[in-house]
Amino acid sequence: MDSNSLDTMAEKGTSLWEDAWIKLRKNRLALMGLGLLIFLCLVSLLTPWIAPYGYEEQDLLMGATPPSAEHWLGTDVFGRDMLTRIMWGGRVSLMVGFIATAVALAIGVIYGAVAGYVGGRVDAVMMRLVDILYALPFMIFIILLMVVFGRNLLLLFFAIGAVEWLTMARIVRGQVMSLRKQEFVEAAHSLGLSQWIIIRRHIIPNTLGPVIVYTTLTIPSVMLLEAFLSFLGLGIQPPQSSWGLLINYGVETMEEYPWLLIFPGIALSLTLFALNFLGDGLRDALDPRTSKD
Amino acid sequence: MSHLSALNSTTFSTKSKTVIHSCPRPNTLKAFAVAALLVLLTGCGSSESNVDSGNRTGTLHWGNGTEPQSLDPHIATGVPEHHIIKTLMEGLVHKDSETLAPTPGVAESWTVNEDATVYTFKIREDARWSNGDVHNAHDFVWSWWRALQPALGNLYAYMYFPIVNAREYYEGEVTDFAEVGVKALDDFTLQVTLDNPTPYFLQLLDHYSMFPVHQATLEKFGAPDERGTRWTYAGNMVGNGPFTLTNWEINRAIEVERNTYYWGNDDVRLNKIIFYPTENTTTEERMFRAGQLHYTNDVPIDKVATYRAANDPALRVTPYLGTYYYRINVNVPHLQDKRVRRALGMTIDRQKITDNVIKAGQIPAYAMTPPNTRGYYPPISLSFDPEAARQLLAEAGYPNGEGFPVTEILYNTNEGHRKVAVAIQQMWREHLNIEVKLLNQEWKVYLDSESNGDYQISRAGWIGDYVDPNNFLDMFICDGGNNRTGWCNKEYDRLVLDVAPSVKTHEERMAIFTQAEQMLMDDLPVLPIYTYTTKHLIHPSVKNVSSNIMDQQSYRELYLEGAED
Amino acid sequence: MLRFALGRLLQAIPVLLVVITMTFLLVHSAPGGPFSADKAVPAEVLEALEAQYNLDQPLWQQYISYLGDVVRGDMGPSFKYPGRSVNELILSGLGTTAELGLYAMMVAVFIGVIAGVTASMRPNTMQDYVPMTAAMIGICMPSFLLGPLLVLVFGIHLEWLPVSGWNQIPGDKILPAITLGTGYAAYIARLSRGGMLEVLSQDYIRTARAKGLSEFLIIGKHALRGGLIPVVAFLGPAFAGLLGGSFVVETIYQIPGLGRFYVQAAFNRDYTMILGTTVFFATLIIVFNLLSDMLAVWLNPKLRQQVRGV
Repeated sequence: MDSNSLDTMAEKGTSLWEDAWIKLRKNRLALMGLGLLIFLCLVSLLTPWIAPYGYEEQDLLMGATPPSAEHWLGTDVFGRDMLTRIMWGGRVSLMVGFIATAVALAIGVIYGAVAGYVGGRVDAVMMRLVDILYALPFMIFIILLMVVFGRNLLLLFFAIGAVEWLTMARIVRGQVMSLRKQEFVEAAHSLGLSQWIIIRRHIIPNTLGPVIVYTTLTIPSVMLLEAFLSFLGLGIQPPQSSWGLLINYGVETMEEYPWLLIFPGIALSLTLFALNFLGDGLRDALDPRTSKD
Repeated sequence: MSHLSALNSTTFSTKSKTVIHSCPRPNTLKAFAVAALLVLLTGCGSSESNVDSGNRTGTLHWGNGTEPQSLDPHIATGVPEHHIIKTLMEGLVHKDSETLAPTPGVAESWTVNEDATVYTFKIREDARWSNGDVHNAHDFVWSWWRALQPALGNLYAYMYFPIVNAREYYEGEVTDFAEVGVKALDDFTLQVTLDNPTPYFLQLLDHYSMFPVHQATLEKFGAPDERGTRWTYAGNMVGNGPFTLTNWEINRAIEVERNTYYWGNDDVRLNKIIFYPTENTTTEERMFRAGQLHYTNDVPIDKVATYRAANDPALRVTPYLGTYYYRINVNVPHLQDKRVRRALGMTIDRQKITDNVIKAGQIPAYAMTPPNTRGYYPPISLSFDPEAARQLLAEAGYPNGEGFPVTEILYNTNEGHRKVAVAIQQMWREHLNIEVKLLNQEWKVYLDSESNGDYQISRAGWIGDYVDPNNFLDMFICDGGNNRTGWCNKEYDRLVLDVAPSVKTHEERMAIFTQAEQMLMDDLPVLPIYTYTTKHLIHPSVKNVSSNIMDQQSYRELYLEGAED
Repeated sequence: MLRFALGRLLQAIPVLLVVITMTFLLVHSAPGGPFSADKAVPAEVLEALEAQYNLDQPLWQQYISYLGDVVRGDMGPSFKYPGRSVNELILSGLGTTAELGLYAMMVAVFIGVIAGVTASMRPNTMQDYVPMTAAMIGICMPSFLLGPLLVLVFGIHLEWLPVSGWNQIPGDKILPAITLGTGYAAYIARLSRGGMLEVLSQDYIRTARAKGLSEFLIIGKHALRGGLIPVVAFLGPAFAGLLGGSFVVETIYQIPGLGRFYVQAAFNRDYTMILGTTVFFATLIIVFNLLSDMLAVWLNPKLRQQVRGV
C-alpha cells in the first residue's frame, strides 16, 4: 500500500458510537436480541388492529382447548384465544418494563448527574440518602404500597421505578465524577467553554454508555418483578393481563393445560433473553477497553 | 434490583490492581459448601410417606387451610379453627355424623318441657377434663358467663341470644348473670331457659362458641375476659374433648394426641392428628399426591375434572350448607328499581356457571336458603329467562340496555370469584346489553367496602352455622350487621323476628319462613347463584368419613385402616 | 476496621428510624383494619378490641409509644394471633428463613462459582457457552415457575423428594434451596466469569503460565482471589434479594418462615407484625451489607487503604 492510502486510512478515525455500532454488528446474539425486540414492540403497538380475536371474547362451553387451526396457541379456561391474550399481555408487560425503567432512568440520571457534577458536600449528602434507601427492604415496601394504595397500573410503575433508580444514580454519579476529573474536561474548561456546553457535549455523551447498558438490563428485572407481584396477587389486575399473570395462571394448571404455561413462558423468556443479550452486547461494544485500534 | 449494582460497579469503576497472595479462603469456602451440600443430599432418600407411617401408628395427617388465629372457642371464628377445637373440646350435645340429629355429648341425656322453652341436661358423671379434674354443670355456667363478657369480643355471642336475658346481659341492660337463663340445679344437672321455643337450640350447643372452658386454667394465665392469653398454648391447654393439644408450631403444624381422661376414650380410634396449615390449594394437592396428607381442605377447581375422569375414589364432593350470592346495594340510584334487580337475576345462567365455570358439582340456587334445610324447601320464583328480563329492563326505563349506567361488581381476590364474575359480566352484556366493570379488592379492603356500603354489586357467601332456615333469613333484617344491602322491609322483620319464633309447630314455622323468603326473592336485594359443595381429597385408608351438609367429620369415629389399636 | 464498622452501625440508627416511620404511616393508611371480619362485628365489640390494642389513641401517640417499646426490644402483640407477641412470631420464623437463605446462598455460590470459573477457563468454546446459557435460563426463569416444575418432576413423578415442608420430612430442604438459589447462581456465574476473565488476562497470570505452573494452581492460588471480588460485592444485595425471594418460595413449599409471615401480616393488616418484620429485615440487610463490605475490604488491599484513611 502506498503511503497516501495509509494516511487516509489513519485519518478516518471513528467516534465512540460508530465504533460501538461496528462491534455490536459483529455480535450475532445481540443483533438477534435487538431484532426480536423490535419485532415485539411492533406487534405490541399494532395489537389492537392485528389481534385475531376480541380481548374479552369468551366461550364458556369450549373452555380450555389445545392449539388448533382457529386458535393457534389454544384457549384458556374461559375459552379466550391465547394468542390474543399473549399479544395484549405483551403490551402490558413491555409497557411496565419500559415505563418503570424510564421512571428509574429519569430520577436516577438527574440525581446522579447533579451529585457527581456538583460534588463536595452536596454530593456527600445526596449519596448518604441513597445509602439509606439502599438499606430498605424494598420488596416489603412494594408489597405494602400495593396493599395500601390498591393495585393500579400507575402505582405499579411508580413503585417499581422508585426501587430501581438508586443504582442508576450511583452509576451516573460514578461516571460523571470520573469524567469531571479527566483531562479533556479540564482542557475544555481552560479553553473557556461554559459549564453547560461541557456537560452537554462531553459529559452526557460519555455517561450514556453505561446508562444505556443498565437500562437494557433493568427492563428484564422489572418484568420479573411484576410477575413476582402477580404471584402474590398484587400486580396487574384482571381483566388486564400481563405475561407474568398469564404465567402464574399457567403454573396452576400446568398438568391439565400445559399450553397455557408454555406459550406465555416462551414469550417472556425470549424477551428476557433478547434484552440480556442486547445488554451484554452493548456493554461489550461500548467498553473502550475492548476496542482494538 | 440492587444486585445489578454489583454487575455495573465492577465494569465501570476503575480497575484495582490485585496483589498476589496465596489465599486458602476461596478454596476452604468451596470445600465447606461441598460438605454442606453433601449433608443436604444424604438427608434425602425414600423414607416412609406420612400416609403409610400414619396408617401404621394411627396418626391422621390433615390439611387444614389457613393457620388458626386462636384455639379459644369463645374467640375463634373460622372453619380451620373449628376443626381443631372439635378435637380438643366438646359441648353438651353432639350431632350424628350422617343425619345431624343431636346425640349425647357431655350431657348424657336431656328433657324438654311442654312448650319447649326449658331444657334440663343430665351431665355424665364420668366426665373429666384432660388433666383429670372433675367436669360438671358448674363449668358450663361459668363458661357461658365468660363467653358473654363484652371485652372478649366474641363474634358468636349471638348464638346465646335464644337464652333468656342473654342478649340483655351482653348488651349491658342486665348486669347480674344470675338472671340469665342458665342454672346448675346441682353438680350434674344443667337447666337452660329460652325466650321462645327454638327448634334448632340443640344444634347450637354443638357450636364451639358454646363449649365449656376450664376455669382454673384460664384464671392461671390472665383475666377470664382478657383476649388472647397463653392458656391455649400447647402444654397449658386443658379441654374436655377426645384429644389434647401437644404441639403448636405456628405456620408449621398443630398436633393433638389422645386424651385418656375423655369419657369416650375407649371408642376413639385415632391416636394422634396432625393439622397442617395449607393455604395454597395447589401445593396441598401435590402434598396429597406425594402421600404427605390423608385429607385435603380443598381441591383446585381445574383438577376436579381430572380426578373425576379417572374415577378416583379419593375425590369427595358433597353438598354444603351454604349459598354463593351477590349483594345488591339498593341505595344506588339505578339499582333501586326492583325490576332492574329482577332483570339482573333472570339473566344469570346459573346452570352454565356450575357446569362450565366452577365445575365441582355445585347446584344452581334460585333462593337464599339451600333446599332441604331440615326439610325446608324454599319457594322458587326466579328462573333464567332473558326474554322476560329484557322486558322488565325496558319497563324500568332502559330499553335494550340503553342509558343503563356502567355497573361494578366487587369481589375479593380469588380465582373462583373472578371466574364467576367474568362469566356473569359476559352474560349481562349478552342478554341485557349492559356494561359491567369488575373490581377485585384484597380481603380486608373488600370487607371494609362492603360494610361501608361502598359498592354496587358485591360477591358474598354465607355458610350456615346450624341447619335451619332462620340462619339464612335473619341476615336480612333491617338492622342486621350481615345485611349490608340497605334493604329494609318491616314486614319481613316481623315475620322472621316475631312470628316465626313464636309459632308452635314445625309446619307453621316453615310456612312463615316460606312467606319471608318469598318477600326476599320478590324484592331481590340479593342474587343467589349457587349452593356450595365441599370438595376434598381423602385417602382411602381413612374410614368412617361422613358426608353431611355441614362438612363436619367426627374425630371420635374416624379411623385409619392398617392401624394397630 | 473497627471504626469503620462502628461508624456504619451508628449510621444505621437514623435509617431504621426512617424505616419505622415510613412503615408506620403506610400501615395505618391502609384501608381495612385488623378486626374487620366476614361476620358483622358489633360496634361495641370493635371499640373494645381497638381499645385493648391502643388503636383508639391518636396516631402520633401510638407512634411514640411504639418507638418506646421497640427501643426496649418489645415489638408488641400480634393483632391477628391473640396471645402471641411479634417477637415470638419473628423468632419462630427466623430460624427457618435464615436456614433457607443460607442453603440457597450456598447453592448459588457453589454452583455459580464453579460454572463461572469453568466457563472462564476456555472462553468462547462449548465449555463457556453451555454454563452461560444455563445461567441465562436461570436468570430468566422466575422461582414461581421453577418451583412447581421441580416439584412436579422430582416430587410427584419421580417421587425422590418431598413437595412441601421444612424440617418435617428428610430431604424437604433440597427443592426450596435450589428453587431460591438458582436465580442467584446464574448471576454469580456471570459475575465470576467476568471477574475471572479480567484477572486471567492480566500480565502476572501470563508470567505464572510462562513459569510453567499448572492451570489448576494458577486458577486456585492466583486468579480466584481477584476474580471473585465481584462475587463478594454481590453478596450483600444478593442477601437482600434472597429475603424478598423467600416470600415466593415459602408460599410454594408451605415453609413456616418469616417471609410468609410478612405477606400474611400485610394482607391481614396485622400492624405490629408488619412493623416488626420490616424493622427486622431492615436491620438484617444493614448488618449483612456491612459484613459483606468488610469482607470486600479484607480481600482487596486497595480498599483497605482507603478505609484506614477514613
